[in-house]
Amino acid sequence: MTAIVFEKVSLTLGRRRILSSVSFSVPEGLFVGVLGPNGAGKTTLMRAVLGLVTPQSGRIAVLGEAPRRGNRGIGYMPQMRRGAAQLGLSGFELVLGAVGGTRWGWPLATKADKETAWAALERVGAANLARRPIAQLSGGERQRVLIAQALIGEPKLLLLDEPLASLDPVHQRGVVELVRDIARERGIAVLFCAHEINPLLRAVDQVLYLGNGRAAIGPVDDVVNRHVLSDLYRTPIHVARLNGRIFVMAEDGELESHAHDDD
Amino acid sequence: MFEFEFMRNAFMACTVVGVVAGAVGYFLVLRGETFAGHALAHVGFPGATGAVLIGVSPLLGMVAFTVAAGIGIGLLGEKAHRDVAIGIVLTQALGLGLLFLHFYTTSAGMVTGLLFGSNVLGISLERVWTLVILGAACLVALAAIGRPLLFASLQPELAEAKGTRLELVSILFMVIVALATTEAMQIVGVLLVFALMVAPAATAMHLTRRVQHGIVVSVMLAVVTAWISLTLAFYTDWPTSFWITALGSLAYLASTRIRMRHSR
Repeated sequence: MTAIVFEKVSLTLGRRRILSSVSFSVPEGLFVGVLGPNGAGKTTLMRAVLGLVTPQSGRIAVLGEAPRRGNRGIGYMPQMRRGAAQLGLSGFELVLGAVGGTRWGWPLATKADKETAWAALERVGAANLARRPIAQLSGGERQRVLIAQALIGEPKLLLLDEPLASLDPVHQRGVVELVRDIARERGIAVLFCAHEINPLLRAVDQVLYLGNGRAAIGPVDDVVNRHVLSDLYRTPIHVARLNGRIFVMAEDGELESHAHDDD
Repeated sequence: MFEFEFMRNAFMACTVVGVVAGAVGYFLVLRGETFAGHALAHVGFPGATGAVLIGVSPLLGMVAFTVAAGIGIGLLGEKAHRDVAIGIVLTQALGLGLLFLHFYTTSAGMVTGLLFGSNVLGISLERVWTLVILGAACLVALAAIGRPLLFASLQPELAEAKGTRLELVSILFMVIVALATTEAMQIVGVLLVFALMVAPAATAMHLTRRVQHGIVVSVMLAVVTAWISLTLAFYTDWPTSFWITALGSLAYLASTRIRMRHSR
């Protein structure tokens, strides 16, 4: 079964066109890095897969069916809001709130809810972290807890929105390797949004570049080169490789900003 | 002091209102919507004065106005400039209340009572029962939407993706807040609702790491604050509302100290 299929999909956000007639597919169990400048539509693309945004035209299939909210086959990790990050509540409470969050009733967790939450936290090595207040966790520790949350319900597809934002390189590598190992072990397809290709190089099977309403997908070498990216961004792009790292530059400067430049 | 019927009534009223304000207030603080709660209380003012003008119970007017405003705020959702819109409605509400008073020349005592809540020591048993019923409705509704409310408050994007209807939850919660502020207004008045709805909840949030504990501590703080305040008001003859605000602020201040020591 194919994890995601986009057939001539056009998406708009307000009046802005995010994707125009984009087609691609992501096979089961594939790790795909989603890249592109701010506003290229990475988050909107994920929201379309989640069934939160309806395409203007074209067809989307997710795990063999039309996108719909509450699809249990999808694990999702949105960008963390500053508000929730400052709470005095423990990480476990956050995860527990998500486990039974869609059922009506008073938020008393059942034994099964708690076991589900602990199991997910243990898988990512965050059981001890989750006892501490969220506000006291470092960025990397917090991402670990949120990844645990995305794994609840044994998803076949993971959508991770900027999990590397404001992490240092060591923690970036930790998060990427954690996701890669779990995804391989369980055969989960991953869409991993990031600002920069380098932290993902050792994990991705393919990359999906977004820009100007269009998309380019394929193995790193097939996409991250002068021809494909210049065509995608409609401006001359240079790609340089140095010590196993890739630098993508537009004529007027580096295209891919580093994570710490963003916030 | 319990030999007086008016003190027994006042204690009952404060207990009911404390439980409701503490529980609802916890979610209000968690969602960062305390300003909306503050505004809803102000909307109760024209509700009460308008009701007096047309000759119905002020409580009925408060419920009608605050619930309508609650639905409105809920529909605003997370739109930009929401705080500005709420602020304008808040000011408009007070203005409207003033206009109603202009048409119905009433004693300054009633206005003070509405704004600062000076009437808890004179509350009737009948009114206490009204508060009990209103409060029970509030708590039942809160219990019914508790889980999705918590999820939507902590992680709205994820909750939405998982199928939680954010707008519905937000509107239902605002109606609950409207009823809870109407309750709190009976004790502390329109202007001081923060003291019962927000101060105990914010204090509890500093002292706890778990939601269940937080709600229990918030309720206990609100109830105990109201009890001590009533007792102090009885012996000092100072207004109950003053004591509630004073104790609420003190507890909050102390909790920030404790929190700072903990996080070091």
